[in-house]
Amino acid sequence: MAISKEEVQHVAHLARLEFSEEDLERFTRELSGILEYMAKLSEVDTSGVEPTYNALRLENRFREDQVQASFPPEEILSNAPEREGSSFVVPRVIRS
Amino acid sequence: MEFEAVIGLEVHTQLLTESKIFCGCSARFGAEPNHHACPVCTGMPGSLPVLNRRVVDFALRLALAVGARINPVCVFARKHYFYPDLPKNYQISQYEAPLAEGGAIEIEVDGKRKKIGLVRIHMEEDAGKLVHDEARPVSYVDFNRTGVPLLEIVSQPDIRSPEEAVAYLKKLRTIVRYLGICDGNMEEGSLRCDANVSVRPKGSEEFGVKVELKNMNSFRHVERALRYEIKRQIGLLLEGKPVVQETRLFDEATGTTHSMRGKEEAHDYRYFPDPDLVPVRIDEAWIERVRAELPELPDVKRERFMREYGLPAYDAEILTASRPLAEFFEECVKLFPQPKKVSNWLMTEVLRELNREGKEIDETGLKPEHVAELLKLVDEGVISITAAKKIFPEVYATGADPRKLVEERGLRQESDEAALEAVCREVLSENPAEVEKYKAGKKGVIGFFVGQVMRKTRGKANPKLVNQILTRLLEE
Repeated sequence: MAISKEEVQHVAHLARLEFSEEDLERFTRELSGILEYMAKLSEVDTSGVEPTYNALRLENRFREDQVQASFPPEEILSNAPEREGSSFVVPRVIRS
Repeated sequence: MEFEAVIGLEVHTQLLTESKIFCGCSARFGAEPNHHACPVCTGMPGSLPVLNRRVVDFALRLALAVGARINPVCVFARKHYFYPDLPKNYQISQYEAPLAEGGAIEIEVDGKRKKIGLVRIHMEEDAGKLVHDEARPVSYVDFNRTGVPLLEIVSQPDIRSPEEAVAYLKKLRTIVRYLGICDGNMEEGSLRCDANVSVRPKGSEEFGVKVELKNMNSFRHVERALRYEIKRQIGLLLEGKPVVQETRLFDEATGTTHSMRGKEEAHDYRYFPDPDLVPVRIDEAWIERVRAELPELPDVKRERFMREYGLPAYDAEILTASRPLAEFFEECVKLFPQPKKVSNWLMTEVLRELNREGKEIDETGLKPEHVAELLKLVDEGVISITAAKKIFPEVYATGADPRKLVEERGLRQESDEAALEAVCREVLSENPAEVEKYKAGKKGVIGFFVGQVMRKTRGKANPKLVNQILTRLLEE
């Protein structure tokens, strides 16, 4: 197996995903398959090849530093499950 | 056993661009919650970030100012974590190929100059702001700050004391202000600092276990937090207990740090290159264009002030710590070419007012002409230095013309020799016992006579002249 059950659990936790023991088995098997397939790339000699960071083959696309109108706050807040004034309201999470 | 601290700082500076880093929303502070937000800020599906060119210009200014190596190609990466201030669930930052690496910032502590090396400078977006409700278990989220451009500046672990840490921060703040890229306001969060701290036996080359400190929003907090944390870690080591690698928060009320428990980030951010943003290639022409626009930097200016104006290092350091103050000084000296007198006045009278109000000199109504005029009035003997100090707060507050103020208040000092001589004679004849003392060799009583003359003239007599006249009369 290219990836362990524990690693899958760890990644799932980081992504806030929860699933059954059955699914865990299945994902571990499937992910291993994908990783083993991708590992074939490691067989290619890439010494001297510049890393590709982007598939678009474009560079230096900028906007000028000009302010444009923001969205109306009503639209920004339209998906908010709860709001107060123009703030989103979420369950309290304090890093302490 | 003697211990030493090993400190590295991570500083975030908010850039003074008009718009955000990846969209056209205003980057200004102070709007109603969520009034400076759009689908890019809130991470709506299908929205695409486009890089603000000025962010790169600003980043290059800093990189050049600290002598960092600029990477010819830099890329943006996604840093993943879940927190309500981050609507996309990742922050666009730089990881593998940051804008610049290396460079150094020179500091001075107790007369010793030292270079603090830099690891990297990279561009990233700020997160939103959370306000926690006191009564209900909820938080209010404002995305106005989401996407405000930041530069993160990571130092080498070259810092050895809280004093050095503060000197480094102050120097960095001075530099970003000189460059006009950040206002450097720690209380408002436009300059923020986290610290990595460990301790080790003095002389050891190995690093101890490090603790990350957060929540220090002033120079004083940084100093207090580091001082406490260093003491805490040394205490643990002396008791034979281990230092735990963790993140700790500074509590300003108690001056202590406490563990941020239950923290899940575990520094597993799963960085990968952001496919929505294309690489930034920075060529020599771009670098030279930015270099040509750099202002004279604080260290160079300090040296020049010492050389050109003959100022002591202390004066030069203080005057050049703020670019507007340094420029104000030079304007004053053009009008009143006695640099040390100008420096003395700025460092005492002017800085007192500025510190009291927490302002920079260009945020006040004070003009170089006012200070030069006041110093001229003293120099010409029109008013005493005491009178000048007395009217200065009013000149500062109202921008009044000092010469006019002197006339209106009748502060012009009495320099008419004949008139003063008459007063002096009067004082001497009223105090024969003191005159005898003087003649018997107690020259110090002259101070008493000068005081009497000042009293009779209600402080308007030119003390230097009075002294001369009295001496002449007494020696006759």
